[in-house]
Amino acid sequence: MALLQISEPGGAPDPHQRRIAVGIDLGTTHSLVAAVRHGVAECLPDEQGRVILPSAVRYLPEGRRQIGAEALVAQAEDPENTIVSVKRFMGRAMADIANRERLPYRFEDRPGMLAIATRDGVKSPVEVSAEILATLRFRAEDSFLDDLFGAVITVPAYFDDAQRQATKDAAELAGLKVLRLINEPTAAAIAYGLDNASEGLYAVYDLGGGTFDISLLRLTRGVFEVVATGGDAALGGDDFDRALADWALAGRVVASAHDKRAVLVAARAAKEALSDADTTELVAALDAGELRVIVTRAQFEELAQPLIAKTLSSVKRVLRDAKVKAADVAGTVMVGGSTRMPVVRRAVSELFGREVLTNLNPDEVVALGAAIQANQLAGNAADGEILLLDVIPLSLGLETMGGLVERVIERNSTIPVAKAQDFTTFKDGQTAMAIHVVQGERELVSECRSLARFELRGIPAMVAGAARIRVSFQVDADGLLSVSAEELTSGVQAAITVKPSYGLGDDEIANMLRDGFSSAEGDMDARKLREARVEAERMILATRSALSVDGDLLPEAEREALEARLSALAAMEGDADAIDAAVKALAEATEGFAAERMNRSIARALTGRAVNQI
Amino acid sequence: MKLDSDDFELFGLPRRFALDRDGLDERWRALQAEVHPDRHAAQGAAAQRVAMQWAVRVNEAYQRLKSPLKRAAYLCELQGVPIQAENNTAMPAGFLMQQMEWREALDDARTLAAVEALADDVAASQRRALAELQSTLDDRKDPTAAAQQVRALMFIERFAADVDQRLEALGQ
Repeated sequence: MALLQISEPGGAPDPHQRRIAVGIDLGTTHSLVAAVRHGVAECLPDEQGRVILPSAVRYLPEGRRQIGAEALVAQAEDPENTIVSVKRFMGRAMADIANRERLPYRFEDRPGMLAIATRDGVKSPVEVSAEILATLRFRAEDSFLDDLFGAVITVPAYFDDAQRQATKDAAELAGLKVLRLINEPTAAAIAYGLDNASEGLYAVYDLGGGTFDISLLRLTRGVFEVVATGGDAALGGDDFDRALADWALAGRVVASAHDKRAVLVAARAAKEALSDADTTELVAALDAGELRVIVTRAQFEELAQPLIAKTLSSVKRVLRDAKVKAADVAGTVMVGGSTRMPVVRRAVSELFGREVLTNLNPDEVVALGAAIQANQLAGNAADGEILLLDVIPLSLGLETMGGLVERVIERNSTIPVAKAQDFTTFKDGQTAMAIHVVQGERELVSECRSLARFELRGIPAMVAGAARIRVSFQVDADGLLSVSAEELTSGVQAAITVKPSYGLGDDEIANMLRDGFSSAEGDMDARKLREARVEAERMILATRSALSVDGDLLPEAEREALEARLSALAAMEGDADAIDAAVKALAEATEGFAAERMNRSIARALTGRAVNQI
Repeated sequence: MKLDSDDFELFGLPRRFALDRDGLDERWRALQAEVHPDRHAAQGAAAQRVAMQWAVRVNEAYQRLKSPLKRAAYLCELQGVPIQAENNTAMPAGFLMQQMEWREALDDARTLAAVEALADDVAASQRRALAELQSTLDDRKDPTAAAQQVRALMFIERFAADVDQRLEALGQ
């Protein structure tokens, strides 16, 4: 049954007004960009017709760089300056990276997030990711011969807040407007579900190059509801390569950056060959001579077993969280290049008691789903086609006395979500309170990820236990957290948007935007003005159409004042900052109207339902 | 219906404990289909902020109504009897005895089968307590007695979580 829509009939813009919005799968080993064209989502190819961009960035002398396939070719010959699998370092500190001595990079420890020294200077994982994203942005702009309106970027469902924020920053650094971060398995479910008109409970098993996700979704008439999610943000195809490489080396120590990379590249090639062949030869040209080892599929599968067992225990936990049995799941969609391994398919089929679904391209499906969502968020699709109701993967909490965690928001809560918890002072005359925000499932703060620390100061001196400090958590539809604290008796406030630090100031980011990614755009000021005008026109259009539908909600005088504002904004030109300010003022002035409209539309929708149900 | 309507009004449900779970889920999806920020993506910042407030409010109400224990506590509160679990820990002696027996049984359980048997026992006890709670709230309409039952159920629920953790640790 269709619900009444809030938007006006014919709300989708004319074809020539269509906003170009893309979906980007920023993967550990490769990345893709997709868009909806002529009503169908498709991956956009580069000039050579390739849709897959290897997630590899090579820093060359004189600030030049190679991105993608060219960089990948050089990874063994120039390993220190060729960054692959950078996604594994997003939002991560040095101490978080297991086996880092076996990677060929020169890591630098920085507070919040590690960095990598290259011949072009020290690079944060955010900058490296931005290079990949900017390459895809240019590809899309070349395809459409137009600027992009915005992008939906996918992240592993199991990414924590720091990793999500780092991804969003990378996109902004690449000059992309982020319409939404969505979870990779959810994106895959959109593409799969719409294609197959599926209804019911589905599992998405997503084993990529460096991350593993398992999500359970309920599909009901265009609503994609995530019931539970789990996974491992540091488990993927790379780990299968490493297991095979270690086995092939049989205790031989490789010291040079070249050898470290060469043996991993050889292991990956052997692993891929074994998806079809029963036997293959692993060949790596090492400094001390060639390494040649025959490997059978059975030998490889034995090495893979512990890694697969880890994924299966995540699957079981998610089933438990959702309070369902494996048999309740109507189908399991396989996503990510690593699900090409027959041993993985077999193990997952066994657990669910039915053949897994492999009838879609595991490399492309995430980008395609993201493109469908991007098209909708840009206002191109007919309204009401799909709705994503996603969850947070890990619980959020606060440190309390004794290094214990007080959970504020439980994992698998549907977003957006907000929750407040009250605390008090424990000393007489205490005027400040430290607030430490953590994420994870463990009881001890030391075993959870620390997201942010801030202080609420200026609490009036009171006896212990008299102050009432309310700490509020809010997780938005991107899954990003903001936290605020208020002492209720005095009204003293403090707030923080949780953001990992990676050693880049706002000035540096502005410089990078100018130097690196926007040079093709020409004049920054002209671009800024154009963007301000587009935003203003969008606001004017939205407000005018709202007035034409629900204008009767406003008293005549208010309505006239709003019309005057709109005309004034429409007439503004030349000064981007002034236009931005006027748009902001308009948004504030229409807040009450927006609230009234929402009330009306809900009332209408629910009345519509009741009548239909009779 | 307004942002400050109570959970039952928001979901168009009678203010009682018994609840049609499928109807609740259906209603939640219908409400989110109206209020979710993604449904107002092209309508500017003011509409986004309003949508965010509504979506958060709808999810909050859904979480509370979905959980029998939270729903019962909420009904007590709406009828002027807050639960105040932290200030009110007095429990009947028989109940405390059973809690202690359970704790000992959990400490002693060495095998998966033993923990599973305990989990079944706890689940049955939860079901009985919830049935009792329903009749206290809906038939006898006694929120004060119900609040006491809610507090007891909170103990049982906490213990059930510990049992789950043990099951998880045993690799089930």
